[in-house]
Amino acid sequence: MKMMNCPLNGLRNISEFVHGGEVKEMPDPNSCSDDAWAEYVFYTENGISVVTEWWLHAPSGYWFIAERHTGSDEILKTYDPSVLFNKRVEFSAPVTEGMA
Amino acid sequence: MPFSLLKYGLNKDYPFEQHADLPKPTELKPHYDVVIIGGGGHGVATAYYLAKYHGITNVAILEKSYLGGGNTARNTAVIRSNYLTSEGVKFYSESVKLFKELSNEFDFNIMYSQRGQLTLAHTDAAVRGFRQRAEVNKHFGGKTELIDPQQIRELVPTLNMNPADMPVLAGLWHMDGATARHDAVAWGYAKGATQRGVELHQLTEVTDVIVEQGKVTGVKTNRGNVSCGCVVQAVAGHSSLLAAKAGFKMPITTFPLQAMVTQPVKPFLDPLVSSPSLHCYVQQTGRGELVFGGGSDPYPLYSTRSTMDLKESLLANAVELFPFMANMRLMRQWAGLTDMTSDYSPIMGLSPVDNYYLDAGWGTWGFKSTPICGKSMAELVASGGKVPELIKPFSMDRFNSFRQVNEMGATAASH
Repeated sequence: MKMMNCPLNGLRNISEFVHGGEVKEMPDPNSCSDDAWAEYVFYTENGISVVTEWWLHAPSGYWFIAERHTGSDEILKTYDPSVLFNKRVEFSAPVTEGMA
Repeated sequence: MPFSLLKYGLNKDYPFEQHADLPKPTELKPHYDVVIIGGGGHGVATAYYLAKYHGITNVAILEKSYLGGGNTARNTAVIRSNYLTSEGVKFYSESVKLFKELSNEFDFNIMYSQRGQLTLAHTDAAVRGFRQRAEVNKHFGGKTELIDPQQIRELVPTLNMNPADMPVLAGLWHMDGATARHDAVAWGYAKGATQRGVELHQLTEVTDVIVEQGKVTGVKTNRGNVSCGCVVQAVAGHSSLLAAKAGFKMPITTFPLQAMVTQPVKPFLDPLVSSPSLHCYVQQTGRGELVFGGGSDPYPLYSTRSTMDLKESLLANAVELFPFMANMRLMRQWAGLTDMTSDYSPIMGLSPVDNYYLDAGWGTWGFKSTPICGKSMAELVASGGKVPELIKPFSMDRFNSFRQVNEMGATAASH
């Protein structure tokens, strides 16, 4: 079976992993247009190249990032998401005056 | 009789009647009214209906490989219309109607064989879902009903009614379910289209799309540039790659889909049998081979390689359904590329580029829609961009307005 190197658990069978889609920059949900949000949610590059993607090691519930070639299926690199994401994302709607 | 047969066999011109179904290759013309990219079932069907119903024959089909050599040859040739949404059922039942007449229309046998399709429910939730699908189908004139285990035993006596310890509770019996020879469908359409003046250019790869001021004006190919009035893209499995050349992104992710076929055995299985819970479907071809198919691969990839683990899991479940198949030998296995959309519905209609029409997102439901998709795309092209009612719900901008067509009945084996 194909193996993947999990940054937390080491080499494991690919069947233990779940693919989570391309890493994309999230627009601000509070201020972006519907089109920009649709673009973020649905539209993908889907090309033949090295792609940076989210993967989940399901048995340990650990999300990480992998760089993989979508033509050869070669996994070039896997690393912890903190390498790319080191700032806290605030999801709550902004408090507008008079609403609180 | 034996002597005439011998004489026939020894004739130096044997086989002396050589019918060329397709005209000989010609040079590309500098301009076409319509360029169809992709010479698979959908592309040639579109060209056929353009020529037949709309009198538009200055059409070129550009195919990078050969006629019907992509996913048209890789699907498992299932025709059915037992979908879930009203948009989906309306669309696919038109396709079933057209399929039934194709052999007569082409004067060429596409080996259409209506055997019915049986989908198995192993959970109460599935039974409820099937009841809804049966009602939606009946409402739009399809022949689909919910049947009980006794009726299933009578239809398929060889079926294990307790596969993988998941008892079969009910079945969705779709009497319109059928198969046809997929290659013949493409050949029939290509023959009909080229006889009416359409040009089919094989080994002609579109390397770039020329867009000027938001409007497509031509394509660059490995055999030179061609200017055109409009373009239809019908390249299942490569939709995002071609769209990128035209300058836009699509809501599509491309996954491989693997299938396989066994050695031929005596006929024992008339209906097409599928089990969404076991992620597999089984059917016996006219030649006696058993075809197995399942869900797409678990992650996106542009490769038609096969994997042992998918084979193992799919066959383990198939053997649960028909335990006596355990010792059968596989003869062939292959994979195709499926352009999956997040709502399991296709994308047909306009694109962000003017005069550039989309026929894409055909995931695992492309073959069964070939006739109606071709007919609708031809209408769209002939009217200069007026989208026919039937395919309006499937426009690409449904994703921008968050009005997806949630088609959970799209695949015989659920994803």
